[in-house]
Amino acid sequence: MADTTVPPPSSISGPRLGRAVRSALITAVVGAGLFSLMIGVRTEAGPAGGLVFWTRWTELGWMVAASFVAGFVREIVIQRSGEGVLEALMPAAFKRFINVVARLLGPALLAFAVLMPIIFYDQRYILDLGILALTYVMLGWGLNIVVGLAGLLDLGYVAFYAVGAYSYALFSTTFGLSFWLCLPIAGILAAFWGVLLGFPVLRLKGDYLAIVTLAFGEIIRLVIVNWQSLTGGPNGITGIPRPSFFGVPFSAGPEGFAELFGIAFSPTHRIVFLFYVILALALLTNWVTIRLRRLPIGRAWEALREDEIACRSLGINTTTTKLTAFATGAMFGGFAGAFFATRQGFISPESFSFQESALVLAIVVLGGMGSQLGVALAAVTMIGGFELFRGLDQYRMLVFGMAMVAIMVWRPRGLIGSRTPSIYLKTPTQISASLVKEGHG
Amino acid sequence: MNGGDTILDVVHLSMRFGGIVAVKDLSFSARRGGITALIGPNGAGKTTVFNCITGFYKPTTGMMRLGHAGGREFLLERLFDFRIAKLARVARTFQNIRLFSGMTVLENLLVAQHNPLMSASGYTLLGLVGFPGYLHAERAAIDLARYWLDRIGLIERADDAAGNLPYGDQRRLEIARAMCADPVLLCLDEPAAGLNAQESGALNDFLQFIRGEHKVSILLIEHDMSVVMEISDHVIVLDYGEKIADGSPRAIRDDPKVIAAYLGVADERTAEAIMEADQ
Repeated sequence: MADTTVPPPSSISGPRLGRAVRSALITAVVGAGLFSLMIGVRTEAGPAGGLVFWTRWTELGWMVAASFVAGFVREIVIQRSGEGVLEALMPAAFKRFINVVARLLGPALLAFAVLMPIIFYDQRYILDLGILALTYVMLGWGLNIVVGLAGLLDLGYVAFYAVGAYSYALFSTTFGLSFWLCLPIAGILAAFWGVLLGFPVLRLKGDYLAIVTLAFGEIIRLVIVNWQSLTGGPNGITGIPRPSFFGVPFSAGPEGFAELFGIAFSPTHRIVFLFYVILALALLTNWVTIRLRRLPIGRAWEALREDEIACRSLGINTTTTKLTAFATGAMFGGFAGAFFATRQGFISPESFSFQESALVLAIVVLGGMGSQLGVALAAVTMIGGFELFRGLDQYRMLVFGMAMVAIMVWRPRGLIGSRTPSIYLKTPTQISASLVKEGHG
Repeated sequence: MNGGDTILDVVHLSMRFGGIVAVKDLSFSARRGGITALIGPNGAGKTTVFNCITGFYKPTTGMMRLGHAGGREFLLERLFDFRIAKLARVARTFQNIRLFSGMTVLENLLVAQHNPLMSASGYTLLGLVGFPGYLHAERAAIDLARYWLDRIGLIERADDAAGNLPYGDQRRLEIARAMCADPVLLCLDEPAAGLNAQESGALNDFLQFIRGEHKVSILLIEHDMSVVMEISDHVIVLDYGEKIADGSPRAIRDDPKVIAAYLGVADERTAEAIMEADQ
């Protein structure tokens, strides 16, 4: 075992101080390089249509100075208390708090989600935000099957989201099929594309798999942009039927939902209905994932993440196991896509850029790969946070960058990195994050 | 009909990696219900032979025939990776332990029973809705896991992460996991590596038990001569990818070619010294 005794804190002097200054200088130089273009130069379209730019050296100076100080403090802290101190710096009380909260948080969040349309009935903005957040919760849970359980790095998840959205849009506008009929079709088509993509690429591992899935996401988007006759190209598809209450439209007329139930018409009814639809879809995703984890297929996914060679030696067909993970994840992406299309009423390729894939992947990684609660928390935090910090304007991304760095330093396996066993004999014990592997395929 | 006396017949097996010949024209057979040991100096090609038998390598030439007690025969060189474990029922362990370290001990043993559980769960569809047949199969699988945990003395740690176990326990758990896959031939790659004298004694008993009670034939690679000499019925010695000796442990111990391979010389007195040390 490594020597674990902590050296007594000594006064900082001589070479140690020099080392800290050097490290801080390096940080400052890197910061200067990065910030010189991001902050030092500002460009804008001039009155004549040309590009005008001006420099902001003072702001740049402040940023570089801040990175110098931060680098210096970090180095000093590490020197005084040894490596790994940054993780230890998180107060023990906070860790305990997280553990206690984790147990009650799931049911509390669920109850809150169910009651939300009642509490915020007259605040449409909040309900819309809730729908958006729940969509990402569902996408995160879907991708969690692929990335968190099976350990396959998928950078093109948005492709299946797009397949689902366009399936619903096309089937409903062309054939007039209803949402509830199109939903399974969208899921099946997305799963089909998942298998189609998975079949040739699943022999790849790690970075190579990531690159190919990234390319697949882009291919789908480019096909949508260029296949004008089918998808409308960059103009997208308009007039996608809005959801109806199992055939009863949310309209003011005599055939409408309000009339049928004898209540006053309000446009909020539809929003509330949408909210409960996405909540039900997300909970379905969650329920299926939890069930699957306890079935042989789910255990095989996790075993695959842990050690593929050992899986093969035990007679597990790794190819079909990976494919099922890919297809299941894709199917839930497709469901979410169909919902997205009916909510927006209009879809275009712009909604399915790589940024969406990156956002969903960030949700899964930050939340804790494999953890349902962690992913839900991360989705709500990210989407809610985007809105919360809207006032910060251009610095919003900076805040998020810092939040991500902080989480990766303190909890490298995400907010909830520990793993709950799928089965137990006597007592279920959480498996520490350090033992759980991330997978390499 | 019991499918003959030999469980595994390896005929003219060669494995070439580019210009390097790792295994050269190797032929041997393993007796049904016996413990066959594959020994030889480092780099002799033992693990390569294992990887060919268990489907991780496709041999350049040669034939490997595995016969089940019922008379069914499998040509291992024609089966593709996981099918050897699934159909021909050959299970293996690894030189550097490959447990699912982030899963519990019990989960490790359940993953090994993937194929029977998978069909019991109706390829997931029946299991998803809680079909009683699957629940029954799962209970049986847990009972089997419990049985093996009892055997290796890890029942108290069933809910701990496999990666948290001490080294010796991990070695035994890996063997138990292979046994949960219900093999007819168990291939062990250096099961005694890193074990102390007491632990390797216990390992001998455990392997004898597997062979005796479960009628599983064992093929093992081992450097620990106390294990090889005490439990194996038959020893095959490899050197530079070729078989240099084949016979009972006693005959192997006296074979000058074996002594020369291990020590680089064929010296009468060195040979005697080794014999004395072993006894």
